Amino acid sequence: MNGITRIARTLHWYVRQFTGEAKWDEYVAECAAFGERPMTRREFEHRRDHQREHSPGARCC
Amino acid sequence: MSMRSTQTPESPVPSGGPPRMTARSMAIWGTVAVVGAVCWAVLALSRGEEVSALWILFAALASYAIAYRFYARFIAYRVLGVDDTRATPAERYDNGRDFDVTHRHVLFGHHFAAIAGAGPLVGPVLAAQMGYLPGTIWIIVGVILAGAVQDMVVLFFSMRRDGKSLGQMVREEIGVVGGIAALIAVFAIMIIILAVLALVVVNALAESPWGVFSIGLTIPIALFMGYYLRVLRPGRVSEVTAIGVGLLLLAIIGGGYVEQMGLEDALTLSKEQLTLGLVLYGFIASILPVWMLLTPRDYLSTFMKIGVIVLLAVGLVLAAPVLQQEAVTDFAREGTGPVFAGKLFPFVFITIACGALSGFHALISSGTTPKMVAKESQVRMIGYGGMLMESFVAISALIAASVIDPGLYFAMNSPAGATGGDPTTAAEFIAGLGFTITPDQLTAAAAAVEEQTLISRTGGAPTLAFGMSQVFTEAFGGGLAAFWYHFAIMFEALFILTAVDAGTRVGRFMLQDTIGNVWPKYADLSWKPASWSASAVVVGLWGYMLYVGVTDPLGGINQLFPLFGIANQLLAAIALTLCVTLLIKHGKVKWVWVPGVGLAWDLITTMTASYQKVFSDNPAIGYFTQRERYSDALDAGEVLAPATSTDQMEQVVFNSTLNGTLQALFALLVIVVVANAFLIWVKAVRAGGLPTTEVPWQESHLVAPSDFVATPAEKEAVREWEAAGHGAGYGGR
Repeated sequence: MNGITRIARTLHWYVRQFTGEAKWDEYVAECAAFGERPMTRREFEHRRDHQREHSPGARCC
Repeated sequence: MSMRSTQTPESPVPSGGPPRMTARSMAIWGTVAVVGAVCWAVLALSRGEEVSALWILFAALASYAIAYRFYARFIAYRVLGVDDTRATPAERYDNGRDFDVTHRHVLFGHHFAAIAGAGPLVGPVLAAQMGYLPGTIWIIVGVILAGAVQDMVVLFFSMRRDGKSLGQMVREEIGVVGGIAALIAVFAIMIIILAVLALVVVNALAESPWGVFSIGLTIPIALFMGYYLRVLRPGRVSEVTAIGVGLLLLAIIGGGYVEQMGLEDALTLSKEQLTLGLVLYGFIASILPVWMLLTPRDYLSTFMKIGVIVLLAVGLVLAAPVLQQEAVTDFAREGTGPVFAGKLFPFVFITIACGALSGFHALISSGTTPKMVAKESQVRMIGYGGMLMESFVAISALIAASVIDPGLYFAMNSPAGATGGDPTTAAEFIAGLGFTITPDQLTAAAAAVEEQTLISRTGGAPTLAFGMSQVFTEAFGGGLAAFWYHFAIMFEALFILTAVDAGTRVGRFMLQDTIGNVWPKYADLSWKPASWSASAVVVGLWGYMLYVGVTDPLGGINQLFPLFGIANQLLAAIALTLCVTLLIKHGKVKWVWVPGVGLAWDLITTMTASYQKVFSDNPAIGYFTQRERYSDALDAGEVLAPATSTDQMEQVVFNSTLNGTLQALFALLVIVVVANAFLIWVKAVRAGGLPTTEVPWQESHLVAPSDFVATPAEKEAVREWEAAGHGAGYGGR
């Protein structure tokens, strides 16, 4: 793997982690490991919206 | 499985990396120290000659590096005793929601995005009236000895208590009286902070159709992003953020054509209209589901924030601008500055809050972030490192404000009552201050960024935007001054709006929670009458303070900013008091100086400032003397400038009473907390320590590096651990 590919991969990984998109990948992987059928992406994201609704992330000045 | 073979629960003081410095690292750190010392020496010795802004930038970077490498490490391992054999709350409760083991680099990003907002950009700009040197010294020394220490120590103690909030910890570790005082203080301080931030936006957008156009469009853009994520393509955050940023840039460019579109008059709004709009917006935004507006706009503002900070750092290095402001102005000694009244001591230390020491961070370092830390030793990079990064933002803002011509700087930042709002009168006023700028130059500066005027555009945002536009034009070339100016305004307004929305929600949750103690139903977050009425109360409170600021004849920023700064620093006093208390209770009296230095300095400056704001017989500083002066004049039937009518006179009387009362209240609340804590200190010192609510040790099974860059040994340990089938779902890297 050359340098540019590695940087691009790391950046891609970071952005997915930072935005929380990686949560879906992790969930799907976990379901596969336990042999369960995952819920739909839509349902999954609705649950995450619901959690956010009830835990305000403070933003500072 | 233990983290590292050398660490056992019996020896809780791990070495944290190589025990001795190698010759190579001594050479590197020696060089960093020399670079820092040279930069500081140049700054200290240069007077009346051309000084490059890069000296400030590199003095800051070298100082941060040394403080992080040595002082932060000492605090982590010696004072706090971080223990990587101990499982963090994230590891123990990992529920994928609030308790969530998060990669250290990702958590660093989240924590930084949460602590850094408009504060570190505004304070340094206003403090530049005293010259660039006092602000530079306070930002750098303050962050190293106080601000970053507070963030890291609070983060550590909250992590050891399963992520309890600051208020909870004060109640449980100091006492009920202190706890209640802290709760009221946190709530009141939040209201003031929201009002002042909103005031910055109002001042930046008033009479600026371009700004109103671009910022207005962020609402439909965010709504579209929310719809996209909820309905069209759930979860595709990067994709929609890229689209959103693109639309945002179009909105800024489009703003340049408001005249051609015939929207100029419709979008030229007065401060009062903007205030009403902002209050309505704040209320609606805080009761809408978060996915509609808050979450998508948060993505936008976070990416903009990080992008602009990187751009500014690169721009400063490329442009290498020369500082135009004096090192120390006469206002620092005499206290007669037009931007805010008062001498260097104590007012520089409360004007620059965020960036040096910010109490508000204690609310984020307790509660949210500690529930996501993977390894205890990571509190150093996240807490201390995150705050150093914010400090760097403050330094950049200070530089941007100091490369502007001082005449223009004072014309922009003096209240309208002083400048008269007109190029001719403003130029006269500036000449009276001892600086020179012609009316033509003032008009030309406004025309260069396509604004109607730059006179008395107080609040910091327009000044910063002008400075950034100057730096970017110099660095990247190409006659885009107007674009850069509005780009900077957009970037500040965007995250102030996010802060206003998120802050209103936090305030609403606090209110519902508090009232819920006597009326449990009210605490139900999904019960509409409760959430709507609580939102209305919170918005009503900050909206009212905002209105007071906007209509103040003496200038809102001039009057309210000291209140904001003092409030934020008093919150820091509460947080640092908690840190001192916990160290004493844990039997670590010999280390209390670590948070104690910051606490002592913070108490000295905030209490002096509070005393002056309440009792000073100088009407420019003391709120009650100001009140007296205006009410005496009212009784005598006179109208005192800058007031122009009896109504305005009455307004000044009312506002100074309100501000003075709030000021006294904040100081009293903090005194209550400190006094309550003092009793505990005496008790704990006598007993050689007291039990605390720290959760018992449980073994950690996670393996993860401590610092930004993993050591070869850490990499090897992670590799072995992952090879054994661990780390799934953790994205360990």
